[in-house]
Amino acid sequence: MTALPVPYRVAGRRRETAQTVTLRLEPVGEALADFAPGQFAMVHCFGRGEIPLSVSSVQSTGGLAHTIRGVGAVSDGLCAARTGDVLGLRGPYGTSWELGRARGRDVLVVAGGIGLAPLRPLILSALAEPEAYGRVSVLVGARTPGDLIAREEMNRWRTACTGMVVDRPDASWRGDVGMVTQLLGRAPFDPGGTWAFVCGPEPMIRATARELAHRGVPKERIRVSLERSMRCATGTCGHCQLGPLLVCRDGPVLGWDRAERLLSVREL
Amino acid sequence: MTATVGPAVLDRDGLDALVSALASQGRTVVGPTVRDGAIVLAELTTAAQLPYGWGVELAAGRYRLVPREDGAAFAHSAGPQSWKSFLHPAREQLWSADRTPEGGLSFTPQEPEAPSYAFLGVRPCDLRAIAIQDRVLTGGRYEDTGYGMRRRRALLIAAECTEPGETCFCVSTGGGPAADAGYDLALTEVVDEDGHRFLVRVGSEEGARLLDLVPHRAADPATQSTARGAVDAARDRMGRELPAVDLRALLGGSLDAERWDDVAARCLTCGNCTMVCPTCFCVTTEEVTDLTGDHTERWQRWDSCFDLDFSHLHEGPVRNSGRSRYRQWLTHKLATWHDQFGSSGCVGCGRCIAWCPAGIDITEEVAALRAEAGTEAER
Ligand SMILES: Cc1cc2nc3c(=O)[nH]c(=O)nc-3n(C[C@H](O)[C@H](O)[C@H](O)COP(=O)(O)OP(=O)(O)OC[C@H]3O[C@@H](n4cnc5c(N)ncnc54)[C@H](O)[C@@H]3O)c2cc1C
Ligand code: SF4
Ligand code: SF4
Ligand code: FES
Repeated sequence: MTALPVPYRVAGRRRETAQTVTLRLEPVGEALADFAPGQFAMVHCFGRGEIPLSVSSVQSTGGLAHTIRGVGAVSDGLCAARTGDVLGLRGPYGTSWELGRARGRDVLVVAGGIGLAPLRPLILSALAEPEAYGRVSVLVGARTPGDLIAREEMNRWRTACTGMVVDRPDASWRGDVGMVTQLLGRAPFDPGGTWAFVCGPEPMIRATARELAHRGVPKERIRVSLERSMRCATGTCGHCQLGPLLVCRDGPVLGWDRAERLLSVREL
Repeated sequence: MTATVGPAVLDRDGLDALVSALASQGRTVVGPTVRDGAIVLAELTTAAQLPYGWGVELAAGRYRLVPREDGAAFAHSAGPQSWKSFLHPAREQLWSADRTPEGGLSFTPQEPEAPSYAFLGVRPCDLRAIAIQDRVLTGGRYEDTGYGMRRRRALLIAAECTEPGETCFCVSTGGGPAADAGYDLALTEVVDEDGHRFLVRVGSEEGARLLDLVPHRAADPATQSTARGAVDAARDRMGRELPAVDLRALLGGSLDAERWDDVAARCLTCGNCTMVCPTCFCVTTEEVTDLTGDHTERWQRWDSCFDLDFSHLHEGPVRNSGRSRYRQWLTHKLATWHDQFGSSGCVGCGRCIAWCPAGIDITEEVAALRAEAGTEAER
């Protein structure tokens, strides 16, 4: 586990929600190798520690972005970073979405809360090449309207269908209420010819993947991104085990054909 | 200089000379020695510090030194430590970061502490345990730098087993009391009316060069056959065994077994078993900041899957119950280790049995799971 962090400067900061911030980062010196959407970095916050964060944007210049929800010491510290601050990054780690495998097929993106962040670069790639893919749909669920990230950006996406749903609406909410799975009937996709990309809290991943499989999407083409405790990201600390998998190495993105059984065992 | 290749014999003076030769080469010699009522692994300056005349009595949750009349040095089975204490130490600094005057940060790798170790008296089970940690820490895409450096410099002198303990079951994990690979020199201790001596087999060029530095003689047939006989006899005197079934399939199919509740009621989730196990490699990381606030250090230290924080996610631990944590440990050892690193994670050294304060016995737990699976199948 001995990769050394590389300094990146905070080049821009955008508040997404009360709890969530997007940091745009540029390498101070040499950049890390290119990240593919779905991969993650270990991001170090000086004096606090290091956490895994997926890339929420990748630039050809070596710049990248992380969208961070503050839930504890390190993520709160990163959310508080100012433009000009320097962070340490290691990576890229883990498997990626491999959007290229979906060429010629319908693309269905289903996200829960902050889970939209790692899917954002995938959506942008798919929309940048409309002729290469079938219908692209994006379905997003969040706890409250205030927890929806990239809301304005979503309205600009030229998808076949963009759906948003919240669990607990506020007075201003005019949209759907409930679980993201209830939007599945609305998105136009041909189950047998679809690749689905799913990220969010584990119960949401389970419910969505089950429903998609039930509707006839082949399990191997339901790609899910999993979260486990990670201390090294190099396959040597043992923390991210999920049965036979080391999630930092064999994931975080994997097919429902492999994930289904593992996520159905309690406390595995 | 032509190196000795065939088996040789060292007497006790030869073993003394071997330790001196290693020390004069600048090596840090580590081997078993008696301390605080146990046989521990520690730095040796002379072979006289070896536990001559001591053996051990073992049972589940029990370890006791007993004197031996024959004066043997290597007639004791595994103690509370393993070689991982040296190759994969309990705490190690990885890197540090400093604020620069311009408002930036600089990251500096920590040069690993990597003495040239010579390990004297490595059991065949522990040779296999080292090979398992090699696969985990150096065999993947990323290497643990400190481990890799120490490991490549280390010289291994094995001591074959002639006196297996009550908690030993290496044979049923696919190993045995004979050292068959991965050593520079392999010793087999012989004490009989012809004297106290060590049969030496050479396993590497480095081992051959070392042997040539110390007084030895070519092995006589009697010493060779006595040594072989003692090791063969040890194979048949294992204190315990794992059931002879496909353990990977058994554990993989036992995730919902009732036995996990039974063992969870006894297990204190203290993590002793993971600390003494020679293959358990899990670590966590810590941030250590100095008072100026301009310097911070990243440290790695041993962790245990029995610790509630081990599976921490911000919503709470994934493995909340003792049941799920014991299941993780045993299933990882015997089943998912194969998926992750291409072999079993257990070499049958018996340490986890002897050092469990609750006397939990891995072989007994597997036998119970096997029985439960058997009754399931019959239903
Ligand atoms: C592959 C992957 C991608 C991710 N991508 C994103 C992303 O894009 N955006 C995002 O917001 N989040 C993401 N996460 C989740 C994010 O990593 C966690 O929210 C983050 O680790 C929380 O860390 P924290 O220090 O802020 O909070 P905490 O949950 O308090 O602590 C984090 C770490 O500290 C340790 N710890 C906490 N308490 C203790 C204790 N009492 N004793 C010892 N150790 C303790 C734990 O081991 C834990 O791993 C991702 C996670 C993974 C695995
Ligand atoms: S699980 Fe127990 S018997 Fe097996 S290698 Fe570890 S300590 Fe030894
Ligand atoms: S099995 Fe024994 S040694 Fe291991 S955690 Fe449980 S009580 Fe501790
Ligand atoms: S995060 Fe350390 S092994 Fe995966």
